[in-house]
Amino acid sequence: MNYPEDRKYTKEHEWVRVEGGQGTVGITFHAQEELGDIVFVNLPKPGAKAEKGLSFGSVESVKAVSDIYSPVSGEVTEVNGLLATNPEKLNEDPHGAAWLVKVKLSAPTEADDLLTAADYQKYIGE
Amino acid sequence: MVDFGGWEMPVQYSGILDEHRAVRTGVGLFDVSHMGEIEVRGEEAAALVDFVATNHAAKLQPGQAHYSGLLYETGGFVDDILVHKIGDHHFFLCVNASNQDKDYEHIRTHNRFRADVEFASGNYAQLAIQGPAALGVLQKLAGVDLASIRYYWFTEGEVAGIRARIARTGYTGEDGFEVYVAPGHAPRLWAEILAAGKDAGIKPCGLGARNTLRLEAKMALYGHEIDASINPFEADLGWIVKMEKGDFVGRSALEKALQTGISRKLIGFEMQGRGIGRDGYEVLLDGKAAGWVTSGGPAPTLGKNVGLCYLPAERAKPGVAMQIACRDTAVDAVTVPTPFYKRPKAGGTKA
Repeated sequence: MNYPEDRKYTKEHEWVRVEGGQGTVGITFHAQEELGDIVFVNLPKPGAKAEKGLSFGSVESVKAVSDIYSPVSGEVTEVNGLLATNPEKLNEDPHGAAWLVKVKLSAPTEADDLLTAADYQKYIGE
Repeated sequence: MVDFGGWEMPVQYSGILDEHRAVRTGVGLFDVSHMGEIEVRGEEAAALVDFVATNHAAKLQPGQAHYSGLLYETGGFVDDILVHKIGDHHFFLCVNASNQDKDYEHIRTHNRFRADVEFASGNYAQLAIQGPAALGVLQKLAGVDLASIRYYWFTEGEVAGIRARIARTGYTGEDGFEVYVAPGHAPRLWAEILAAGKDAGIKPCGLGARNTLRLEAKMALYGHEIDASINPFEADLGWIVKMEKGDFVGRSALEKALQTGISRKLIGFEMQGRGIGRDGYEVLLDGKAAGWVTSGGPAPTLGKNVGLCYLPAERAKPGVAMQIACRDTAVDAVTVPTPFYKRPKAGGTKA
């Protein structure tokens, strides 16, 4: 699997792409593969606070619930509405169309110490 | 792969939804060799089975099977089992993998009959072929006429030249067969059935689909709907208890339960709000904790999120508004009749 190099990754299998003061957050291909068929995505509302390392929502597969941990801190400005009606998109395009939220970053350098694509792939053993 | 009672088993092969759909619309194959087997033989084999299990084994015909329960004196479940009558002096029990040791001890402890109890799990592997196309696929390999085996009957015969016990039973709510063979033959039988089912689009199925299928059909899973603290009336399994047959282990506790009534009962529910009520979540009635979810999740055939829960008996009927504490949010749900899914009656479908 190709893990884009324009973003950083966490050991909890989220990604964040930082552009200016904004971060787009999602879960990784590996995460969706481990979860299996995704049937429900629970996300915060715009205006909610996200804090690095803390859960801000959850993803449910047929089998189980998994927390999503925010890779960055800030305020949620946008939520991907596609996932409310089409949660299976997370299985199909987790690095693209099925991003989860956009966050206005309170500490833009926070993402620097996250994993690079190469390190993440090494971490998951690919 | 997950550890399941000491067995390494796949949760899924091609994906739970894909496998689930295959069983509902075509055919799926499960390796359920982890299931335990116990054989009871002897002049009073029927008397022993009737003393330790709730259903009426003496009423079975040779070649017939039924669902039954092993109970403690308290009326709670030791296990739920399938009883097959091989002959007047020989019964074959299929039991849950994680309960097989205590089941065997339990039956032996209560054996004051002229009967021998054998722990036979090592003698059997079991493959379950399930779905509307199961009969047609298995018939290609079977040396016996499968259509003549009625639901919950079985026969001895050959499948792909392998000696097998072929039972028209299952844990999916679909038509299908559970095939018991000597373990050494199982890998070849698995491959032969997959090959015979290729044109029918057969899919190997894992534990994940097994669970979603049995939940839709409202079949109990030990450790969820039933356990040592739950009696058959609470679990809505009164139909497997035959009080009129005479004494059996747990009978006096059940008599008492019939007199005083039960305080809680199993009931189905459907989610109404956004959320999925899952195993172990708390159920709220009028905002107060009132019960718990025993099994819950998506019902792929229905496209709904459903589950089973225990509620106070007087509220355990369809149409009751409730909430489920889905992690940090109370989500609306309503009690509904079960089973959630019932297969369409076969009308003129021939193999």
